[in-house]
Amino acid sequence: MASDVNKLGVKTKWQDLTEGMIIVGSGTSKEFKTGEWSSVKPEFIEDKCKQCLLCVPVCPDSCIPVKDMKRGAFDLEHCKGCGICVKSCPFGAITMEGVK
Amino acid sequence: MGKRERLSGNEAVAIALRQINPDVFPAFPITPSTEIPQYFASFVANGQVDTEFITVESEHSSMSATIGASAAGARALTATSSCGLAYMWEELYIAASNRLPLALALVNRALSGPININCDHSDSMGARDAGWIQIYAENNQEAYDNMVQAFRISEHKDVRLPIMICQDGFITSHAVENIELLADNEVKDFVGEYEPENYLLNPKQPMAVGPYAITDYYMEAKRNQAEGMKNAVAVVKDVAKEFAKISGREYGLFEEYFMEDAERAVVIIGSAAGTTKDAIDALRAKGEKVGLIKIRLYRPFPADELAKALKNVKAVAIMDRAEGYSNHGGPLGADVMSALYRARSQALAVNYIYGLGGRDVRVEDMESVFDALKQIVEDGDAGETYRYLGIRE
Amino acid sequence: MSNLTEIRWHGRGGQGAKTAALLLADVAFQTGKYVQGFPEYGPERMGAPITAYNRISDKQIRVHSNIYDPQYVVVVDESLLETVDVTKGLKKDGAILINTQRTKEEIIPHLKGYEGEVYIIDAHKVSMATMGKYFPNTPLLAAIVKVAGIMDEETFLKEMESSFKHKFASKPEVIDGNMAALKMAMQEVQ
Repeated sequence: MASDVNKLGVKTKWQDLTEGMIIVGSGTSKEFKTGEWSSVKPEFIEDKCKQCLLCVPVCPDSCIPVKDMKRGAFDLEHCKGCGICVKSCPFGAITMEGVK
Repeated sequence: MGKRERLSGNEAVAIALRQINPDVFPAFPITPSTEIPQYFASFVANGQVDTEFITVESEHSSMSATIGASAAGARALTATSSCGLAYMWEELYIAASNRLPLALALVNRALSGPININCDHSDSMGARDAGWIQIYAENNQEAYDNMVQAFRISEHKDVRLPIMICQDGFITSHAVENIELLADNEVKDFVGEYEPENYLLNPKQPMAVGPYAITDYYMEAKRNQAEGMKNAVAVVKDVAKEFAKISGREYGLFEEYFMEDAERAVVIIGSAAGTTKDAIDALRAKGEKVGLIKIRLYRPFPADELAKALKNVKAVAIMDRAEGYSNHGGPLGADVMSALYRARSQALAVNYIYGLGGRDVRVEDMESVFDALKQIVEDGDAGETYRYLGIRE
Repeated sequence: MSNLTEIRWHGRGGQGAKTAALLLADVAFQTGKYVQGFPEYGPERMGAPITAYNRISDKQIRVHSNIYDPQYVVVVDESLLETVDVTKGLKKDGAILINTQRTKEEIIPHLKGYEGEVYIIDAHKVSMATMGKYFPNTPLLAAIVKVAGIMDEETFLKEMESSFKHKFASKPEVIDGNMAALKMAMQEVQ
């Protein structure tokens, strides 16, 4: 089928691409593991965390999961290591090499 | 049942659009295409259509809105001319590469400068590589018939490309001539309902349109797009066959006029084809074996079919109503000559630039072209292959 | 092509020469003819000389050029006689129709030796008498139909009445005046 997103890949022949490169389906970015783009990752120090959740909305890759009003461990499969979360934390609960 | 009428080309296209009753029509006025949205706006006001008619502030926006509407799942179109088309440039490529089957009623007009509002084909010829299907008309009847067929071609699952329905500014757009219209229900049944497979406003199936494609994908994407264009040829023929059943009027990729035994031929696009037919009748009455090929489908270009139709001619004049500034002719000239070359044609071919900025083309002018071809046949040499018709010098 | 009638209109922007050409195409169409009615293509400029054209034929009209050797010329504004070569290409066995308050004898010297027939009509008089305003195109339309013998008077008036009813659907009060103008023009043209 011309709109099957699973056929998109760097080895895909032109015949198998979707028409107009449309991407059908929602949340397809989950399939794209951007975590491998960086070797440096943020570290979550749970003891210092007050669960203010300021880090959650600033993450460009939605890598901080929230459950029952509490944040969990980083989704490192998608984290690109930008370090914005480190800057956003008022309590020093997130650290990362090279980010102050 | 056809209805005999007398209408200008713009009225005719507007009526075709009323009968099609598209979902969305964003519009911005520009001479000589202004009348199309103008007539259509009255149909909207009278409740004769239930189209969403959007008045926007520029052609950049009219094409953008048409693209948005089409991606959302609507049957959408707009109209423009000349600089208006130029201002849509970026969007033309977006519409085609996103495989959106929208339409554009183009009324051909010269591009500046010097600033000019009259007919030539420089606007649409400039857009020939944008990935749009382009179909041209000789008169108001053909403009109407082509508009009725437009969405059947563009929306076909093997094609899914935008389509440009072109007619000559003022010469056909503003001239009142006889025409035969189809009944409203005939057009409605012929065009049918638009049922896109994927569209943005489908809550059951979310999708993204117009993604970024890195080098790894881009060429494959373009090749995929080219396949739609390849498929368009057969679809244009099939739709024409079905159209003939309801209208009695037959169309192909191009029209051949007295080509069976023609030794000299003219290849031309648009309203001057009719004038050329009169020239041919006059010359045929004197026993001269002259003929005409009038291109209807210019993009995709029917190169093989055209070379076949020209295989027995000794000399051919290809008429361009647009400059190419290649120092060897215009766009149609380049296309036809490469078709002839690939077919190993022995025909002597010349390329004329004519009718720029509305320069009138008379029967006598076209007779002079056939005279020049006669000389070329006698000489066995095409001479200067890049010529201007009727230029003061 | 012997049944082809070609007419060229000379007027000034705003006088309705284009409308007259389109109306003529309209009525000729109603009698089953093939027609063309088109203006000289260009920007609308009030007062500037403009040209409009008609072709009327029993056969389909394919030619899309202007008209250079008309059978008939209509001059909507006689001041154009001094600035535009209105008889250029006009066939000797054709005719010219001029809107003027002058006599034929006074007009002929301004026609550069044109040898064909000359018709005049005072469209101003007709228009003011019937419509109370100056609309030269209505009387001239009737006059050229008569001069060129495009159709018989009765058919013409009948077709025009239905055309006016359609065109002036929102202001039916002007229909009587327009019809009177057509009838009077057919009497007045000489």
